[in-house]
Amino acid sequence: MGEKIHLQTPLSNEDTKRLKVGDSVLLSGIIYTGRDMVHRRFMETIQKGGDLPFDVKGQVLFYVGPAPARPGYPIGSCGPTTSYRMDKFTPMLYEKGLRGTIGKGKRNQAVRDAIKRYQGAYFVATGGVAALLCKSIKSAKIIAYEDLAAEAVRELVVDNFPVTVGNDCYGGDIFEEGIKRFGGTSK
Amino acid sequence: MREIDAHKIKEIVTQLCMDANYCLPPDVGNALKNAQKHEKSMVGKTVFAEISTNQHIAQEEKLPLCQDCGTSVFLLDIGQDVHITGGDLSESINEGVKKGYREGYLRKSMVYDPVFTRANTGDNTPAVIHTEIVPGNKIKIVFCPKGGGCENMSALKMMTPADGIEGIKNFVVDFVKNASGNPCPPTIIGVGIGGTFEKVAFLAKKAVLRTPLGTSHPDKRYAQVERELLDEINNLGIGPMGFGGKITALAVHIETHPVHLAMMPVAINMNCHVARQRTVII
Repeated sequence: MGEKIHLQTPLSNEDTKRLKVGDSVLLSGIIYTGRDMVHRRFMETIQKGGDLPFDVKGQVLFYVGPAPARPGYPIGSCGPTTSYRMDKFTPMLYEKGLRGTIGKGKRNQAVRDAIKRYQGAYFVATGGVAALLCKSIKSAKIIAYEDLAAEAVRELVVDNFPVTVGNDCYGGDIFEEGIKRFGGTSK
Repeated sequence: MREIDAHKIKEIVTQLCMDANYCLPPDVGNALKNAQKHEKSMVGKTVFAEISTNQHIAQEEKLPLCQDCGTSVFLLDIGQDVHITGGDLSESINEGVKKGYREGYLRKSMVYDPVFTRANTGDNTPAVIHTEIVPGNKIKIVFCPKGGGCENMSALKMMTPADGIEGIKNFVVDFVKNASGNPCPPTIIGVGIGGTFEKVAFLAKKAVLRTPLGTSHPDKRYAQVERELLDEINNLGIGPMGFGGKITALAVHIETHPVHLAMMPVAINMNCHVARQRTVII
């Protein structure tokens, strides 16, 4: 905890090398959204040798399907979904230059290895506080797969979007470290 | 025979969908406030503070507490002296869901086909509706918008009588440990024991929805197991969102049912800290 780290997207490997598990980060700039079906389509596109809807180099991908915007709002409630469902597809995106992902819950070993190898980061946003998180989102527009409705790829402009470093490029994991620090005696 | 108009049910369901998604039940809010005092981890305290701020914003601005406005799950106790007039019960509930999710700016999360196209139905229907016929001339509707992240953290095991209470406890604690931060802790853990394959899953759902939160099983032996499981789970150190801490679960509820002499099925169903539900009696 302590000082909050301000980062502007796109991220460089200098940015991610500064990050350690448990750091509080405030992200600003453009981030992209994509979750379950988007990843399926990304993989199909890559397998066919096609281009993804945006160049992933240096970018941050947020696993979210936001609620619809009320009139006068840029977006509705907007918090993270559970990340492990994307694990199967994530290493190939880091390999293509994706620098960060935002979700909740732990990642598998293959994702952690990819984060280490390609000097990325995995950010955890607090789940279930989506009305609070949407206050850090200034604009939103769908840029691909509109048919997927809540799941479509959106470009979000965020201002000081609060996240915690879950996996850093040194192999650290917030979930393992948390249990080591706070796990009790029984079991 | 008391007559209840299907149109009235639709209007009530519309309101339920919105209210449940904007505002937590008071018992859940109080349990979170109380748990916050016992959290020792700094990052865990931050999560509790965010949860509290989120509740205020959601309620004041009528924004859903969570972007995942869930599968619309309904538990209906229908009095046997009720006659529903003017329409079809399931249809009136689904029409209420459509209207509530549209007018309430709630996320529509249902897809038509579970495997192939996974195209969104666009209105969060169909709802999952459970009905029981009970004595009386009223209808009790419990609505729970159930998030996908925590519903995924469910399990069912056909255990045997030889596994005993220790086997059950190990199954639950190991499962919660592996679920880690996935179901958005602090969670509520519902455990069903007994019945059959399909019955035990429903028992776990009823357990997770027990109100008021933290009410014990009427049998002292199971109440004791609820307390022991809660202690063991909170000693795992998973903490709020899995970041490490002392508060991993707010309550463990066990529901039991008589069972075949060869069997001891056990099911686990979890709810996230945004444990939304609303009840109306018509």
